[in-house]
Amino acid sequence: MSENKTVKFIVTRQDSPDSAPYDEEFELAYRPNMNVISALMEIRRNPVNTKGQTTTPITWDSNCLEEVCGACSMVINGKPRQSCSSLVDQLEQPIRLEPMRTFPVVRDLQVDRSRMFDALKKVKAWIPIDGTYDLGPGPRMPEKKRQWAYELSKCMTCGVCLEACPNVNSSSSFIGPQPLSQVRLFNAHPTGEMNRSERLEAIMGDGGLANCGNSQNCVQSCPKGIPLTTSIAALNRDTTIQAFRNFFGSDNA
Amino acid sequence: MAGNREFLNRRLHSLLGVIPIGVFLLQHLVVNHFATGGAESFNKAADFMGNLPFRIILETVVIYLPILFHAIYGLYIAFTAKNNAGKYGYFRNWMFLLQRVSGVITLIFITWHVWQTRVAAAFGAHVNYDMMADILSSPFMFGFYLIGIISTIFHFANGLWSFFVSWGITVSPRSQVISTYFTIGVFVILSIVGIRTLLAFV
Repeated sequence: MSENKTVKFIVTRQDSPDSAPYDEEFELAYRPNMNVISALMEIRRNPVNTKGQTTTPITWDSNCLEEVCGACSMVINGKPRQSCSSLVDQLEQPIRLEPMRTFPVVRDLQVDRSRMFDALKKVKAWIPIDGTYDLGPGPRMPEKKRQWAYELSKCMTCGVCLEACPNVNSSSSFIGPQPLSQVRLFNAHPTGEMNRSERLEAIMGDGGLANCGNSQNCVQSCPKGIPLTTSIAALNRDTTIQAFRNFFGSDNA
Repeated sequence: MAGNREFLNRRLHSLLGVIPIGVFLLQHLVVNHFATGGAESFNKAADFMGNLPFRIILETVVIYLPILFHAIYGLYIAFTAKNNAGKYGYFRNWMFLLQRVSGVITLIFITWHVWQTRVAAAFGAHVNYDMMADILSSPFMFGFYLIGIISTIFHFANGLWSFFVSWGITVSPRSQVISTYFTIGVFVILSIVGIRTLLAFV
């Protein structure tokens, strides 16, 4: 019934991390309820472009296919988002697919997101409970606070906020919104709070929190609706207090 | 302190923009507004300011050094951004871009303004109503001053908004929205003061 209906894609391709990117167009038969990933899989099955030339299958990253893992982020029609939850029926055609160039491109649409995982290490986005003996149960977290913190914990390290941020680029060392909001999450945890100042001092270092220019693109772009700019402003307050403590002296908080 | 120079610089940049530069801007706009009362009224106010004791020290500490730091570090900040308001056309992203554009315009304007008035005064010119009336008699200079003053006031008003965020005063989205309205008010009121003054010289 929909034999004549097709879907057109313009994909920015790149053969290796250092080679020049180029565009390639693909047209494939429409199927109901297609998402971008199913289209990419279809192209992989039969990698022929609109000129009729056989080409290499497109490389991309994906994992969970339900907008939870963050691996399949790419720039779709100009905006960074997850390709698994981008439905073809809701996209304007031709559909333009580009890699998130804020990150190093590995190949085609696949990027290297390690800078975000390095950033999580830098800000100590974990709660240290390992020891030589059983430390016993930690302090309880009020239910209301847990529900609030759950929103911050939805971060899937997808990289959309970094891609949208004008201050995250090759000439800036800014760490970006993603690890900052995690500092707020772990500092809010009753056990994580014990290492509060360590995390604050990490984001007070070069390339840290202070480089935020308040364009607020991150909070507009986050697919999980995480209040990133509220986190940043809250950390601005925490680091102001921390800076006074460090300089004028206080207890070892 | 080593290792967090950037944190210190950014916070200092934000603070200096409001205190003392912002406070000076308010004072400058208000004192100049005496021009609306005629040449004599302006000259009296300008002479009072010009004859303040320790004038050179006051100017250096309150104006020159803070502006120099704010301008140089501000240029660095402006040119490390990769603006994308075309792609992400959100209100705050436009303000982000305009803050950088107005900063550069303001720097050009202030440099020229200081050269034309303060440096000229150091070489013997007398800063008074006639000096400004003479400068503003050229339509080009009037346009240049108009753009320069509006740009400076915008940079101050929007910078005040960022100052409240950067120091952690306005944290909640609600407070940031109210702060936007407040700083729009600051922009409008100061613009009226500035333009009224400008028109008093022609």
